[in-house]
Amino acid sequence: MADMKVYFDNNATTPLHPEVKKEMIAAMEMFGNPSSMHSYGREARANVENARRKVADFIGATEKEIIFVGSGSEANNTVLSLFVCGSSQCIPGSKMRSSIITTKIEHPCVLETSECLGHRGVRVKYLDVDQYGKVDLDQLAGMLADDVGLVSIMMANNEIGTLQDIETISKMVHASGALMHTDAVQAVGKVPVNVSKLGIDFLTISAHKIYGPKGVGALFVKKGVPYCPLIRGGHQELGRRAGTENTLGILGLGKAVEMRAIEMPEEEERLLELKYILRNGIEESIDDIHFNGHPTDALASTLNVSFTGVEGEAILLYLDIEGIAVSTGSACASGSLDPSHVLLATGVDAELAHGSIRFSMGRESSRKEVDYLLNVLPGIIERIRNMSTAYIKGGLHAAGR
Amino acid sequence: MLQAGEWAYSETLKEHFMNPKNILQGENTDEFDGVGMEGNLQCGDQMMVVIKVDKEKEVITDCQWKTYGCASAIASTSILSEMVKGRTLDEAFHISPKEVAQALGGLPDHKIHCSVLGDKALRAAINNYYTRNGQEDKVKKEQSKVICQCMSITDHDIEDAVLEGARTYFELQERTKLGTVCGQCKEEAEVLLEKFKHIHFGV
Repeated sequence: MADMKVYFDNNATTPLHPEVKKEMIAAMEMFGNPSSMHSYGREARANVENARRKVADFIGATEKEIIFVGSGSEANNTVLSLFVCGSSQCIPGSKMRSSIITTKIEHPCVLETSECLGHRGVRVKYLDVDQYGKVDLDQLAGMLADDVGLVSIMMANNEIGTLQDIETISKMVHASGALMHTDAVQAVGKVPVNVSKLGIDFLTISAHKIYGPKGVGALFVKKGVPYCPLIRGGHQELGRRAGTENTLGILGLGKAVEMRAIEMPEEEERLLELKYILRNGIEESIDDIHFNGHPTDALASTLNVSFTGVEGEAILLYLDIEGIAVSTGSACASGSLDPSHVLLATGVDAELAHGSIRFSMGRESSRKEVDYLLNVLPGIIERIRNMSTAYIKGGLHAAGR
Repeated sequence: MLQAGEWAYSETLKEHFMNPKNILQGENTDEFDGVGMEGNLQCGDQMMVVIKVDKEKEVITDCQWKTYGCASAIASTSILSEMVKGRTLDEAFHISPKEVAQALGGLPDHKIHCSVLGDKALRAAINNYYTRNGQEDKVKKEQSKVICQCMSITDHDIEDAVLEGARTYFELQERTKLGTVCGQCKEEAEVLLEKFKHIHFGV
């Protein structure tokens, strides 16, 4: 068995913060339906609204602008689905502005919903990104026209960590008369996010990426912005999202953002330092590597590296044997035949995308863990390369050495 | 609560992944009698198989390999290299992906395609041996038949598509573009689709 357990897959999900766990255990005693008028209901209502206040405060919104939802994916689906309405009842002018713009590096819940909207008559335009994963602002300027109703661009990319300049993009989008959404699931709680500074209309939050529970998220909808629910049939969440509130999850999310507000500023610096130690350590001990994502404009926690001549799933599983958890952009790990769409969009060739590993650290990550990884990784890469066709006579990389 | 489950792989496969047998050390293949390579790095799988042959008996005495690929690709080449030792060239030539998968204790459906390159590379190595030894007449071409004339899709392409996950005629079309022009091959393609589904997945 492995000497150490190292969890470097925090962009996939995070462990519950101990304070969140405490809050949720206490909340298990509270079973009332927030819609009930009796004391049980009023207790639940008071706590749900308290959590809403915490979420609103954390991103500089007002309470009425926060809708609790079942996941980040649900929030993204809700926003994109506003634009398939055949009538103009909910979204005035949506018939005239029936195109949407998004990017090639979004999460599948945005890309697949966009594709589906395409089948339902919406025109979807996809922005390219540069080698670091940054959206091409000139291309965006060219795409923005009076037929565009919504622009949806993620704030931080889950695979490579690259951050977009949402503030600038919002200004461009609003100048053209369209609405602006950002999937900030990987950004909120990791970098400062203030909705009025960003100037956005919609923003997506997920609890389980920031040490909260799974199955709960929040959607910010700016006051006065047209809206139509995806899940109908109840007066909950001011009629904006039907279904009895997930009180346990909502309280967990409230506590999670409360803890983020306290811990985030110091943590970012610490993680950034760990990332540079990890990055330099890999660079010094392993040849033929390629770092993916933006060198500076990126999440402090995320480092994505491609190892030439090595397939990612093999690395992932050998690391798993050593007790280290990471993820890969290789096709084999995804069950599809294509490697990471994000890496391909940055212009990385398919072989490097197959050989990519994402290390995503979190609040519990330590120098000791980084050192352990750096101790184990070079041997694993060497071992796999020793059995790889990429490193034989006449092989692709042998020639370059 | 349950503990972490095992990998999606069998114990045999895991053992061959963790301790692969017969890896070709270094880069030199000169001492081998046949060399075969299949696949490419861009697709995420590439395998090379090298063999030594007892020329009197036409029996494979040693088999080594290199593989670029995932755990099931590595393990399937490893177990294949064990399986072929002692077999005649003719026997080895007819090892199917299904036999390899069975020897590994089964493979998840979406991983079958990772293991098909090993036996292809082995056949290439055997053909290479024949060519080197002036026995070109014995070189066996992969016999294939064009099913879709318009898009030039063969029965092998259909088999590959099934191994890569196609289960319905529509999925077959998505992967191969077969039958998307005149559509006359639909019936024959559907028969082959069912045949390969049965051969590889028993459905």
